[in-house]
Amino acid sequence: MSAFLNNVLIRNARLLDPRAGTDKVADLAIRDGLIVATDSGPFEETFDAAGRWLIPGIVDLCARMREPGATQKGTMRSETHAALASGITAVCLPPDTAPVIDNTAMVNRVNRIAKKAAGAYVHMLGALTKGLGGEALAEISALKAAGCVGVSNGLNPVASPLVARRALEYAASLGMTVHVVPLDDALANHGCAHEGAIATRLGLAAIPVAAEALAMRQWISLIEDTGARVHFGRLSSARAVDLLASAKRLGLPVTADVAAHQLFMTDADLEGFNAMAHVIPPLRAASDRDALRAAVGSGLIDAICSDHQPHELDAKTNPLPQTEPGISALETLLPLSLRLVEAGLLTPLALAERLAGGPARILGLSQGGFALGARADLCLVDPTEEWRLDGRNMLSAGRNTPFMGETFTGRAARVWRG
Amino acid sequence: MRPLDASRIGTVRNSQGRGLMTHPLQLTPDGRLRHLLTVEGLSRPLLTDILDQAERYAGQPSSNRGSRGLKVPLLHGKTVVNLFFEASTRTRMTFELAAKRLSADVLNLQIAASSTSKGETLLDTLKTMEAMQVDMFVIRHEASGAAHFFAQHAAPEVAILNAGDGRHAHPTQALLDMFTIRRHRPDFENLTVAIVGDILHSRVARSDIHALRILGAKEIRVVGPRTLIPAGIEAMGVTVHNDIDSGLADADVVILLRLQKERMVGAFLPSTGEFHRDFGLTKARLAKLKPEVLVMHPGPINRGVEIEGDVAYGERSLILEQVEHGIAVRMAVMGMILGDEGADS
Repeated sequence: MSAFLNNVLIRNARLLDPRAGTDKVADLAIRDGLIVATDSGPFEETFDAAGRWLIPGIVDLCARMREPGATQKGTMRSETHAALASGITAVCLPPDTAPVIDNTAMVNRVNRIAKKAAGAYVHMLGALTKGLGGEALAEISALKAAGCVGVSNGLNPVASPLVARRALEYAASLGMTVHVVPLDDALANHGCAHEGAIATRLGLAAIPVAAEALAMRQWISLIEDTGARVHFGRLSSARAVDLLASAKRLGLPVTADVAAHQLFMTDADLEGFNAMAHVIPPLRAASDRDALRAAVGSGLIDAICSDHQPHELDAKTNPLPQTEPGISALETLLPLSLRLVEAGLLTPLALAERLAGGPARILGLSQGGFALGARADLCLVDPTEEWRLDGRNMLSAGRNTPFMGETFTGRAARVWRG
Repeated sequence: MRPLDASRIGTVRNSQGRGLMTHPLQLTPDGRLRHLLTVEGLSRPLLTDILDQAERYAGQPSSNRGSRGLKVPLLHGKTVVNLFFEASTRTRMTFELAAKRLSADVLNLQIAASSTSKGETLLDTLKTMEAMQVDMFVIRHEASGAAHFFAQHAAPEVAILNAGDGRHAHPTQALLDMFTIRRHRPDFENLTVAIVGDILHSRVARSDIHALRILGAKEIRVVGPRTLIPAGIEAMGVTVHNDIDSGLADADVVILLRLQKERMVGAFLPSTGEFHRDFGLTKARLAKLKPEVLVMHPGPINRGVEIEGDVAYGERSLILEQVEHGIAVRMAVMGMILGDEGADS
């Protein structure tokens, strides 16, 4: 699936370059892992890509690799290779590993493991607070120096608005983006489902939309005061979309992503106590899903991520409230996103922007385009191939996906990692 | 490019039952009971059949003897295990009595002393017990969906009977409530039923609502402060009343729920005293209701909280009848699943 040949000429591909904003059929050449002029031959391989789309390698803004800390769920090797085979050339790892990524030693350790795994590139978010405890700031400057591309408290709550404000001020002074999953812990109240008729009928503890909206409102107020750059991850509701729109209208330095599954599933998927649909933030109402889709279509939401969370079988083998939330999602990120193109919500170029250009920009990476001299992280998409998601063929160690057995149209046909 | 099936833009569904309602798991292809997990989705004839079967075991309404002493060999040679992960006295006892009166062998698993407290998973527990040739598990568990989970993983010859899972369902309680109502007021189509109290946490309320709807009750109300009324419950076919006077007006049946003090964390209520003042069924409130109103409570009751002591055992109260009918209804369900008329026969 992936290739690391030094010198390749890709011919007749539909080049979708979100950075340049171009969509054209042309040739592209790779030499020594970089994009070079097509007339700079000779090449070891000439690859005919007629009928296929070439996009920059997908940058996944949120994917757990489970190593270190939970290798029974997945390893850096299994997950980065699953990513690469799925067209994802770079992933962003939240800091909630075990131990937490809140010091340079952990950054270096994860980098070593990732380098040895030799799959997709692994970028890291450092912890916003020590141990993700929400009380004391982590050494953000040191984390930045060690290579972290942002800071985050993951799904862990920050103790108070005062700590949040200071964290924003401190991160802003270092030019670090703070990645926030907006979910008020007290309102979420250990719930496992969207508050509404379905959770009520199934007797599932509910998470109101207000848990997301309240957190977002608080962070937006603090952004107004501090000017800090914040990326809102994994939005789940129409109200969050509205708040994002108003923040952007105010010119605040905010961006946002949504997990691909939120664009295709709703709380109705919990019927039958389907633990595979147990995710945090929860799958919400159809109106929320529709608002998220519209926001992805318009570009208000900047990126689609996988929110990949592989689990071992046991983690999902329990009554739903007692299962661990999350979906093994690397291998469905591109195929699900292609359904948005099929539905007319995204142009192929906009797809490349949401999957590669947008996330690269959010992380401050140079990827996301085809400029000469840029690193040749590339994903060749076959938009017509029909295939079925089968656990036997999945590369991720996690088989926890509600899409198991689904038939998809389109996938990564070939991947180059520069 | 292949045109997009519009239905796929929305909820993605696969062939493993996702997107389906919760009930098909408990029915055989020909519509008989395979397990009993929830009242939801039972057909009216099936529900009525359960109540009719219960009549066989309950004795005459006037005798006030219920099923006392009645023993039948229907489940002779069968083994029923009461697997109670949550504390319970009356429900477990009535299940035990029901199984014994059907001549089954009964085991009661003390969860506090079982292997689950040593870290064994639920699935391990199920499989271990299955290996002991158990025919039916009666399961109570604190997690919603636990009975479904067991049913999904149970061996083909093993039946699951839900004795209460989290906030989700307590089907036999609902069936015995319907049985009790039917004995006094068989005209469900004319009944206005008010369910009062902690609807949010109540599996009984949810199951009663399903059962009342299936039987065609004229109006079902849920009554309580907004903190105890879950969002979107109107979708179950009820009207919501935050005021007890409007909630009880013209009611034919009042079902009071136990205020679950152990769950009253998180500022649901200022005090039980205030709850009693605003939502408790007192003699004064009862006096304003229809003279023939039926007062019910799944028990155990909190005297002076959701119900005044005098009302609990007053002439309109059916609380003790409910307990008695619980045995007959559970005998009926066990018999229908495991007995001669059962799904595996």
